[in-house]
Amino acid sequence: MIAIYTLWLRQLKRYFRSKSRIIGSLGQPLLFLVALGFGLGPVFQKAGQGNYLEFLAPGIVAMSILFLSVFNGMEVIWDRQFGFLKETMVAPVPRWQIMMGRTLGGATVAVMQGILVLVLSMLVGFSPVYSFWMIALSLVFMFLIALMFTAFGTAIASVLEDMHGFQLIMNFLVMPIFFLSGALFPLAGLPKVVGIITAIDPLSYGVDGLRGTLVGAAHYGLMPDFLILAVITAVFIGFGSYFFSKIQV
Amino acid sequence: MPEENIIEIKNLVKKFKDLTAVNDISFNVKKGEVFAFLGPNGAGKTTTIKILTTLLKPTSGNIRINGFDPAYQQNQVRESFGIVFQDPSLDDELTAYENLDMHGMLYKVKVKDRKERIEDLLKFVELWDRRKDLVKHFSGGMKRRLEIARGFIHHPKILFLDEPTIGLDPQTRNHIWNYLKKMNKEEGITVFLTTHYMEEADKVCDKIAIIDHGKIIAQGSSEELKTLTKKATLEEAFLSLTGSEIREETVKNQAMSGMARGWRR
Repeated sequence: MIAIYTLWLRQLKRYFRSKSRIIGSLGQPLLFLVALGFGLGPVFQKAGQGNYLEFLAPGIVAMSILFLSVFNGMEVIWDRQFGFLKETMVAPVPRWQIMMGRTLGGATVAVMQGILVLVLSMLVGFSPVYSFWMIALSLVFMFLIALMFTAFGTAIASVLEDMHGFQLIMNFLVMPIFFLSGALFPLAGLPKVVGIITAIDPLSYGVDGLRGTLVGAAHYGLMPDFLILAVITAVFIGFGSYFFSKIQV
Repeated sequence: MPEENIIEIKNLVKKFKDLTAVNDISFNVKKGEVFAFLGPNGAGKTTTIKILTTLLKPTSGNIRINGFDPAYQQNQVRESFGIVFQDPSLDDELTAYENLDMHGMLYKVKVKDRKERIEDLLKFVELWDRRKDLVKHFSGGMKRRLEIARGFIHHPKILFLDEPTIGLDPQTRNHIWNYLKKMNKEEGITVFLTTHYMEEADKVCDKIAIIDHGKIIAQGSSEELKTLTKKATLEEAFLSLTGSEIREETVKNQAMSGMARGWRR
């Protein structure tokens, strides 16, 4: 257990030390909130869907968690390149514990970033449902999204040799996961193919869970969201620790 | 006397597809010895160290590290040794102290012992004043000294060092050998190292094994090797045993020894 804690702590220290990274990764969500929230707001309203910023903000929180989680998971590649990975690989600790420590740490950091983005969106004008339990529940959803995609990033990074594949993963996996998750548009009344794709996208359930807890408008329902997320997260953690334990340094 | 040997290797073979990196080697290292593994580039030194330190599985052969088999009793073996890799393996974003503390936690060294040990070792390698500095601001020599300190934290029985003095100035090299000799004497830690600096091996090591093309071609004390080859220095003895042609460690060769590209800087 102390190994898990050690590596969790390491991720947190690295996060708090890179102030520029914390501030830098607030830029993109802010741009989305302002440009899309206010830009598309009038059209959304006219279409009879209500306030777009209220709809969009949970999606942007999910987005920032997704990006940072995948990135944190993929830090395995950096550690491999800078040699630190070897230090953990010869430690008398089972590999899965190393992976869990890193993943929990990366996920914790991503949730903190998600909370920052939530506060930011409130500054821009988002007003979530003020209920203690719903906010607490939204944190659970944030953590599930973070855990799922940190494990996902770790699994991918474990089989990649260097950073060259990073762009490929971002553009062909992470971006589609974001854009097809219903973070930006309502899931009701979609063309059939898009509807199926969004239903396969695991982030859809995360966005939906956040929307359900923060705005009170879930498409699938909070319970299905939670169960599906929990199962997929467990599967990704399984894959992540399997591939991580197969790394040869 | 089997209990005297802390490392026992019998008929070790490691094959990567069609390449045999380590070809049936056998040797023993006695407890408390300083043992050097010499050989040209690509001879199989790093592969052997990786097998002994549980990072690679052998194709066949018998290995005992501190009485344990690295292929099956990984955790017992890992607790028995400390290691300084060929390339740096510190977390640059953490301080010197944090790097050592994290190592102590991973090796389950108790808090009180950990604190004392880290202070002692940081003073020992003359980095105590820099303990709160981020490692990314350290020079190559300072990083190497820090890694040596780290290798000792959990009171290992053996310290492995893969080319510990490569690329360092003579002053730092001298200091590093002094640290190693001192720890070897005071704590009885067995030191297993590879190096290309023959005078250093000559000065420091009790026993030397020369490996080439995956086979051990000679072993003994420095004096024995010089007598065997009738040469005046260890370097001449080494060249007469391994030939003077230049070895290229090919990319193919490297990739096959399981090394990620881009590590060698």
